[in-house]
Amino acid sequence: MSRISKEDVKHVAHLARLAVTEEETEQMTKELDAIITFAELLNEVDTTNVQPTTHVLNMVNVLREDKAKPGLPVEEVIKNAPDHEDGLIRVPSIID
Amino acid sequence: MNFETVIGLEVHVELKTESKIFSSSPNHFGAEPNSNTSVIDLGYPGVLPVLNKKAVEFAMKAAMALNCEVATHTKFDRKNYFYPDNPKAYQISQFDQPIGQNGYIDIEVNGYQKRIGITRIHMEEDAGKLTHSINGHSLCDYNRQGTPLVEIVSEPDIRTPDEAYAYLEKLKSIIQFTEVSDCKMEEGSLRCDANISIRPIGQKEFGTKTELKNLNSFNFVRKGLEFEERRQIALVSAGGKIEQETRRFDEASGKTILMRVKEGSDDYRYFPEPDLVELYIDDEWKARVRAELPELPDSRQKRYVEELGLPAYDAAVLTVTKETADFFEATVREGADAKLASNYIMGDLSAYLNAEGKELSEVALTPKSLSGMIKLIEKGTISSKIAKTIFKELVENGGDAEAIVKEKGLVQISDEGALLKVIEEALINNPQSIEDFKAGKQKATGFLVGQIMKATKGQANPQLVNKLLLQEIQKR
Amino acid sequence: MSLFSHSIKEIQNLLNSKEIGVSDLVDASYKRIAEVDETISAFLTLDEEQARKQARLLDDKLSKGEGVGPLFGLPIGIKDNIVTKNLRTTCGSKILENFDPIYDATVVQKLAQANTVTIGKLNMDEFAMGSSNENSAYKNVRNPWNVNHVPGGSSGGSAAAVAAGEVLFSLGSDTGGSIRQPAAYCGVVGMKPTYGRVSRFGLVAFASSLDQIGPITNCVEDNAYLLEAISGIDPMDSTSADVSVPKFSEALIGDVKGLRIAVPKEYLGEGVGEEARNSVLEALKILESLGATWEEVSLPHSKYALATYYLLSSSEASANLARFDGVRYGYRTPNSENLLDMYKKTRAEGFGEEVKRRIMLGTFALSSGYYDAYYKKAQQVRTLIKKDFEDVFASYDVIVGPTTPTHAFKIGEQTKDPLTMYANDILTIPVNLAGVPGISVPCGISKEGLPLGLQIIGKHFDESTVYRVAHAFEQATDHHIKKPQL
Repeated sequence: MSRISKEDVKHVAHLARLAVTEEETEQMTKELDAIITFAELLNEVDTTNVQPTTHVLNMVNVLREDKAKPGLPVEEVIKNAPDHEDGLIRVPSIID
Repeated sequence: MNFETVIGLEVHVELKTESKIFSSSPNHFGAEPNSNTSVIDLGYPGVLPVLNKKAVEFAMKAAMALNCEVATHTKFDRKNYFYPDNPKAYQISQFDQPIGQNGYIDIEVNGYQKRIGITRIHMEEDAGKLTHSINGHSLCDYNRQGTPLVEIVSEPDIRTPDEAYAYLEKLKSIIQFTEVSDCKMEEGSLRCDANISIRPIGQKEFGTKTELKNLNSFNFVRKGLEFEERRQIALVSAGGKIEQETRRFDEASGKTILMRVKEGSDDYRYFPEPDLVELYIDDEWKARVRAELPELPDSRQKRYVEELGLPAYDAAVLTVTKETADFFEATVREGADAKLASNYIMGDLSAYLNAEGKELSEVALTPKSLSGMIKLIEKGTISSKIAKTIFKELVENGGDAEAIVKEKGLVQISDEGALLKVIEEALINNPQSIEDFKAGKQKATGFLVGQIMKATKGQANPQLVNKLLLQEIQKR
Repeated sequence: MSLFSHSIKEIQNLLNSKEIGVSDLVDASYKRIAEVDETISAFLTLDEEQARKQARLLDDKLSKGEGVGPLFGLPIGIKDNIVTKNLRTTCGSKILENFDPIYDATVVQKLAQANTVTIGKLNMDEFAMGSSNENSAYKNVRNPWNVNHVPGGSSGGSAAAVAAGEVLFSLGSDTGGSIRQPAAYCGVVGMKPTYGRVSRFGLVAFASSLDQIGPITNCVEDNAYLLEAISGIDPMDSTSADVSVPKFSEALIGDVKGLRIAVPKEYLGEGVGEEARNSVLEALKILESLGATWEEVSLPHSKYALATYYLLSSSEASANLARFDGVRYGYRTPNSENLLDMYKKTRAEGFGEEVKRRIMLGTFALSSGYYDAYYKKAQQVRTLIKKDFEDVFASYDVIVGPTTPTHAFKIGEQTKDPLTMYANDILTIPVNLAGVPGISVPCGISKEGLPLGLQIIGKHFDESTVYRVAHAFEQATDHHIKKPQL
């Protein structure tokens, strides 16, 4: 039984903003299906009442004092920008 | 069929810390585009967020002021979506462990009181700002990216657009009292989205809700809700079905216009933020922050009514902003009568500030000087008419009431002897008025009072004048 | 004999006695690169002008007697996912082909304070995703011991450069074994420190809860010096630990008497090649002869580590790599009709296959309806894996096993099936999941002439013991002296 369908793959590709061709979708569906099937090995493990680990060290409350430092010069901000106008970063039109 | 309207409001409030929530960039409104950013705000490869302590404490204060339970364990999560104003393509927000839950605020609408529940309050970072260029391109300014926000979500307890308006006014007032935000919609430090649905009266389940955006003032929130309420009722009454939509409020027409249909909910793929450790807020920390909270509007209102004997109306008006409330209390502390202080602040002062477009902090009047003036009125040294001149002087140029009175010779004439002389003079010069009075025209005294005031340059004690004039005129 | 066959201490002596200058070291580096890098492709960017300028500056200091610190004047290579200001940083990807950073990673700042000389940026698997350096968008790195074999990954360039004598040492990064595995394949020493020991600020994130930067060197002592220099809590990294940094170099006392070694049966069992297993058994004999004892233990959740790792790392990566959207920096597709089109084409064109595969896997594992079954489940299993280590460390000082199941495989041999490639990391991955430190030291040469590595794993923040054991073993053998005939 496949764990991930072509439709799933297309949906996930959209969520991840990756353009995929039909061929790539086919290939990816196979590969991802194999990986996810493998990952279901974890179902063997009894995790009742086991806390998930997000942080491997037990640290809490790492905080910073509220002091402002000057911002970057605008030239630095736009230095690596593919497209910019008047100090603002420019992107193609957004269609909702 | 009769319908009930159900409204929920989501309010975003910008916290006025010095620096942003996850970076040390300056947190100021109105700077040159992209001048208040750092590599962290821009989501450069390799950067990491570091949490601003003050932002946490401000959020705690807001939660406490809204009567929420402040979390002992709280954490951040990534909310994943792509948009040009969202540099990391995820927003650091809070999903399942917000900093505050289960709060409420009490509002008064059209004469009745109501409690509106607050589901939750959580911290998150603001996004940048998009504007549009001529040929359809969008332009991004990241100054706002990383500004600390709290999102306040109300329970769907609101039933009318008026209640929504009152909720927003009260919320703004409360938050403003805590001094964690300026709450200025015009500057974007307070933003509101609304959710509204209708259901037949008696039905338990909620109807399908629509989301309203682009509500740029409390008035527009009300108007937008009013329109949407009518639209939904009309649609359902005609046999139609409400779709789950996002609608944009159009200020010019007063209508809500479809923006997009929401196909299911967005999949933000929330997961715990691995770059930030969790927060453990113990009782001691909570107590410390709570102790820093100034007395909030409801508590002050109660006190003004019960301890200072003010009418509820006055108490409500005086506690709309912390600035006004503090000013009032200081004035009373300086010895002024509470009711008089209230009158002057609600009346003359308010009128002046509105006319001149000024803030309380921008005028020269101080609680001490206002109190001084009020004490002179109470003593009878000046009349309220004279006070008007002094008041204007104090507001515009400052100074001390007593000094002004002395300098300008404005002491109220309360010497009966002196007054009688003037009254005598007026009566002699205006025999027709005496006749009129005798003929039953009560207004005749008014004219005479006017003459007496003129003769005394307005300094005659009005109560005494009335008393003595009546006394004398009846002798004639 | 190459200058870089010497240890740090020996080179410092040469510098201080004025037998050589910093410029000589830098010369040697670029000369060697000119000789061999065409073949092994360890470097993506060289910073020659700046390096020579820096060398002159440092020689000047040296002449004034200001040449202080163990790392003074030493040529280093930096993995290309560590951000270097004004020096192109690509992460082995086309999407950052012309990216010119405007800031330095914290470790780079620390290196500057230690007065090292940056020779250039080292090749790697794209965004650190890979075990063979065959996923670089630019060129494959080749193993200096046999150029038809992979150097390992993702820090393939970092390990190969040191093994080939192009630099004295390098920095790599390790998320599931990316320092240790290439170090094993290339016959050099690679350490992944405890999570939180070294700042991640400026390390382009792959999996935030697993990534660490670490040193790759010719010998253990050098490794200790370099780790000392780059460690420490960083206010720019909330996950960096508030623990003091010991002088690791002082832990190398050569004494392992009474040391209790645990050898997990899972690390010598199925999936591990005979040569790798035997090299470890040999190593254990040597350690016994030095006074240590060893026993077989079990890390019962070992077999779940691979799946756990791939779900968690891919999920975190899918979010970490979302910022590469063509908006503020990096590659943007030249032909797009609108924003959505721009996003999709930019990322499809800019990312390689393996990266895309993992982004898809991670996005899927986090998506609505699947989060609990995949992401959350993996996080829970991670807790159990970490506990396995803590249980063993209650009675033992270090855990020892092979670093990799086999020696370096041939280029192209495992690229057809992702799962086969992933299995190369089964011995290194659990260490990242637990957050404990682990080192790989050379422990033999296979029949085919390729190096094998011994992995020594320690308790959280106990790099000192790991170094002590590694050093004692190293000094009792001659594996570290062997060099590839390139």
